[in-house]
Amino acid sequence: MTEPNIRILLAKLGLDGHDRGLKVVARLLRDAGMEVIYLGLRQTAESIVAAAEQEDADAIGLSMHNAGHLTLAPRMVAALAVAELEIPVIVGGIVPDEDVAALRDAGVAAVLGPGAPAEEVVDVVRRAVDQRRSTG
Amino acid sequence: MNTESSRSPVDEVFGRAAAGERRAVGRLLSIVEAGGPQADEVTELTHGRTGTAHIVGITGAPGAGKSTLTGQLVAHIVACGGRPAVLAVDPSSPLTGGAILGDRIRMDDLAGGDVFIRSMATRGHSGGLALAVPAALRVLAAAGYDPVIVETVGVGQVEVDVAGTADTTVVVVTPGTGDAVQANKAGLLEVADVFVVNKADRPGASDTRRDLELMLDLSHLSGLDAAAGRRPPIVMSDALQGAGATEVWAEVVAHRAWLVANDRLEGRRASRSRHEVRVRVEQLLEADVDALLAAPSGQQLLDSVAAGELSPAAAAHTLRSDLLAAD
Amino acid sequence: MSAMDGDDRSRWSKAYEGAVLRDVPFETMSGVPVEPVYGAGPYPGQYPYTRGVHPAMYRSRLWTMRMFAGFGTAEDTNGRFKELLHHGGTGLSTAFDMPTLMGHDSDSGWALGEVGRAGVAIDTLADMRDLFADIDLATVSTSMTINGPAPILLAMYIAVAEQTGVERSALAGTIQNDILKEYQAQKEYIYPPRPSMRLVTDMMRFTTAEMPLWHPVSISGYHIREAGSTAAQELAFTLANGFAYVEAARSTGLPVDDFAKRLSFFFNAHIDFFEEIAKLRAARRIWARWMKERYGATAERSLLCRIHTQTAGVSLTAQQPEINIARVAIQALAAALGGTQSLHTDSYDEALALPTEEAARIALRTQQIVAHETGVTNVADPLGGSAYVEELTDEMERQAEAIFAHLDELGEGSILEGVYAGIENGYFVGEIADAAYRFERGVNDGQRIVVGVNAFTDGDDPENRNLLRIGPETEDYQRKRLDAVKADRDGQRVQDTLAQLTSDAADPTLNLMPPILDAVRAMATEGEIVDALREEFGTYVEKAVI
Repeated sequence: MTEPNIRILLAKLGLDGHDRGLKVVARLLRDAGMEVIYLGLRQTAESIVAAAEQEDADAIGLSMHNAGHLTLAPRMVAALAVAELEIPVIVGGIVPDEDVAALRDAGVAAVLGPGAPAEEVVDVVRRAVDQRRSTG
Repeated sequence: MNTESSRSPVDEVFGRAAAGERRAVGRLLSIVEAGGPQADEVTELTHGRTGTAHIVGITGAPGAGKSTLTGQLVAHIVACGGRPAVLAVDPSSPLTGGAILGDRIRMDDLAGGDVFIRSMATRGHSGGLALAVPAALRVLAAAGYDPVIVETVGVGQVEVDVAGTADTTVVVVTPGTGDAVQANKAGLLEVADVFVVNKADRPGASDTRRDLELMLDLSHLSGLDAAAGRRPPIVMSDALQGAGATEVWAEVVAHRAWLVANDRLEGRRASRSRHEVRVRVEQLLEADVDALLAAPSGQQLLDSVAAGELSPAAAAHTLRSDLLAAD
Repeated sequence: MSAMDGDDRSRWSKAYEGAVLRDVPFETMSGVPVEPVYGAGPYPGQYPYTRGVHPAMYRSRLWTMRMFAGFGTAEDTNGRFKELLHHGGTGLSTAFDMPTLMGHDSDSGWALGEVGRAGVAIDTLADMRDLFADIDLATVSTSMTINGPAPILLAMYIAVAEQTGVERSALAGTIQNDILKEYQAQKEYIYPPRPSMRLVTDMMRFTTAEMPLWHPVSISGYHIREAGSTAAQELAFTLANGFAYVEAARSTGLPVDDFAKRLSFFFNAHIDFFEEIAKLRAARRIWARWMKERYGATAERSLLCRIHTQTAGVSLTAQQPEINIARVAIQALAAALGGTQSLHTDSYDEALALPTEEAARIALRTQQIVAHETGVTNVADPLGGSAYVEELTDEMERQAEAIFAHLDELGEGSILEGVYAGIENGYFVGEIADAAYRFERGVNDGQRIVVGVNAFTDGDDPENRNLLRIGPETEDYQRKRLDAVKADRDGQRVQDTLAQLTSDAADPTLNLMPPILDAVRAMATEGEIVDALREEFGTYVEKAVI
C-alpha cells in the first residue's frame, strides 16, 4: 500500500498579516503532492489544535514575521501537548539564527530560515512527517 | 484476523469517535478516505448507526460563495442548538495529486460551539470520491453530528452526484455571470431541492431569479420531486452580509419535512444506497477485469484483437462469460 | 522644437524663475554648469506631470527624509524621534505595533508576544502624550502608519496637540488610512470594506473642514508590492484605490477640488532600477489625466500625484545583511530619479529584526549621500527622453490601463464598486499571489539571481549580528501602565462616550470623528473604541485565495 497523502495545516499565529511566504509555501507543498489545509491569518494555538484534530493533520506549519516567535511557537507546542496530539510543528519566516536552538528546545520540530529553497521546505516537512509516522 | 476477544484498532477508534472524541472522528475520516480494507471495516461499523442525521448537499460554481453561505448556515444551526458537521470537498491537482484546501477560513470563525469541519481533496479518483464521501458522511452522522453538510464544487459529474445524493441539495448561483445557465448545463437543476441566488445585492440578481424560474417552467423533469408536485424554492441571499442564511435553512428544513410527509425520505436514501452499491460493484468488477486481461487467456484474446482476428466486441463478450464463470 | 513645445518651454521658464532655489552650485563635480531640465516638454510642473510635480524639482527643495520609527513603549520611540530630528531628519514617521494596528489593547489575549515588537504600543491618550513629549507639534510634520483604527489615532494626536496648546488647524502630517490595500495586501483590516470606507470618508470630511495641512489618506502601493505584486500591479491597484477614494468622497457630497489636493501616494522603490523610475513617472501622468478627465478636477493641486517612497523591505536578505546597504542605495537613487517628494530608506538589518539605531542611521546617511553628493538633484527628471525610460513609462501606463478597464467593468462603470468586487471575489489577492509565486519560482530555479541567497553565498556570518531585541519587560510594563490608566479614569464617562459612538455609527449621515474624539479624551482605550464600532460594523474575514 502506498503512503497516504501528507496533510499539513498552514497558519499564521497571532496578528501578523504577512501571508506572502505562507501562500508561496502552500503552493510549493501542493506541487509536491501534499494536501495543504490553509487556515490563513489570525489563528490562535487553540483554533489550530481544533483544526488539527478535525483534519487529522500530519504536520503544522507556522509562518512568523513579527518577532513574536519565542512567545507564540512554544505556546503552540504546549497546546498540542495538552490536547495529546503528537503533531510536528515547523516554523518559517523571520527567525534569527540564534533563536533556532531555543525553538527546538521548546519542541518545535524544524525551523526554516528566510530564503529556504523549495526542495528544503518539502524535504523538512516530509522528514518530520516520516518521523512521526514511524514512531506513532 | 480478528478474534472474538480482541477489538481491532479500527473498532477501538470507532468506539472513541462514537463517544464524541473529535480526534478519533478525524482519524476515522482519514481511514475511509484512504480506502482499502480498513475503510470497509469502518463502513461495516457505521452502517445502520447513522441515526436520523439530515444529510445536506451544497453545490454551485466556483466563486458562488458556497463556503461563506455554509459558514452562515453553520452559525445559524449552532444558534438553534444544532450540532452540525461540514465535509468540504475540493479538487486535487490532477498533475501532482496535491491540493490546497481553504474552505475552513470562512467557516472557522463562525464555528463556535460543537462544530466539526473536515476538508477533503478529490485525490483524482472520481470513483474513490463517490465511495469516500458517503462513508465520511456516515462517520460524521454516527459520531452524532446532525445535520451533516457536504459542500462540493458543482463541476464534474461525480461532484454533482455526490451533492445530489443528499437528503436535501442546495444549489448556489450568483447573478450576472450566466451562472443559472451554467448550472443548467452542469445538471445541477435536476438535483436542486433549494436554489439560492447568492450575492443578491448585485445588479442582475432579479434577472438570475427570472432565468431560474423560466428554466423550472420549461423543464418537466426539474427537481427530483417534480413528479410529486414540488417546485424548488428560490431564496435570495447575501452571505457576505450575513443575510438570507435563516431563510435558506428554513427551506432546507421544510424540504426534509416534505420528504417525510410524502414518504420520500426512505426513497432518497434507497437511491443513495443503490448508487453506492453500484459504484462498489463497478470497482470490484474493474479489478476482476484487469486481472482477467492480465492472465494468459486474456492476453491471447487481446493478441487476436490486435491481429484483426477477433472484433473488440466479440472479445468483450468472451471475457464477460469467463468472468461470470469464474466464481 | 515645435511651436507647442516652445510654448511649454517658455511657460516652464517663467515658472522656474519664480521658484526659490537652494543655495548650492548647480554644476557637476568638475565645475560644468548644468541646466535645470533637459529634453522635450511637457516639462516638470506641467500637465500631465510625467517629469515631476514641481518646475524646479530638487533645486528648490530636496525630498523629505522621513524615517519610520517605532518600537517598545512610547517613551522608547520618543527617544528615537528626538535622535532622528537631531540627525537631520525632517519628518517623523510612526510605526505602531501589531496589536495597535489591529485595534487590540496591550492586555488583550491577541496581543501576547507582540506588544512593542514591530512598532510602538499605543493603548490610550496617555501613551500618545508620551510618544510626542517635548516635540513641538506645530513645527514637525508627522506621519502615522495606521489604517483600521486610523480615526482613533488621529483623534489621539489632535487631543495631545490641543492639550499642549496647538490648534488642530496647525497640525501637519499624514495618516495612512488606506483601508483598501489592507484587503488586497497587508491584511490589517478590522471591519468589512464598506463600513471601513465610511470611516475613511468621515476622516476626509473632517480634515478637509478642520485640518487644512493634514493628508487624510496616503494611498499606498508599498504593501501591495511587498506582498509580491509586479510593478505594474502596484501602480494600477494603488491608483485604482485612489480613484475609489475620490468616488467615495464625492458620493458624500465633497467637491473633488476640496479634498483631492490633500491626497498623497506611497510607492515602493524596488530593485529593478529603470522599471521603478518608469513606474513613478507613469503614476503622475495617469493620476493627472484621470483626475482631470474622469473626475473633473480643475485645481492644479488636485492633479498632482505627490509621492512618498520607501525602499523595498522585501528585497532585503537575511543572508549577508550588510550588503543590503548597497540595495537600499540603488533603490533610493531610483526614487530620486523618479521624482519622489519624500523617502524612507530601509535599514540593512530589517530582514532579521527591527532596525538598530546604528542601522537606522546608516539608512538615513544613505539618502543623504544620494541627495548631497551624487549631483542627481541638480536636474529635474534627468532620464526623461531616454528611449528606454520613456518606453517603459508607456508600458507601465498600458498595463495599468488594462487593469483599470477590468475594474471598471467589474464595477459597471464605477471604479469604487469594481474595487469592492475585486476584494470580495479575490481578484487582487489572487493576482498578487500568482506574481509572488512566479517570482519565488524564478529564484528557486536560479533564473533570477538574488545575491547572497542563490548565488555568491560566501561570507555570511550569522554569529556576529547585533540585533535589536524587545524583551518581554515591554509587554509587562505596557500592561501595568494600561491598568493604571484604567484605574484612574471616570468609568461612567468612558461608557457614555462609547455608547454614543455605537449609536452614531448606526447613522451613516453622522461623522464619527467627533464622538471618537470624545471617547479618546475620556481615556477610552483603542480596543474599547474599536469594539464599540465593531458592534455596529461587524468583523471582516477574508476568503482564501492562494
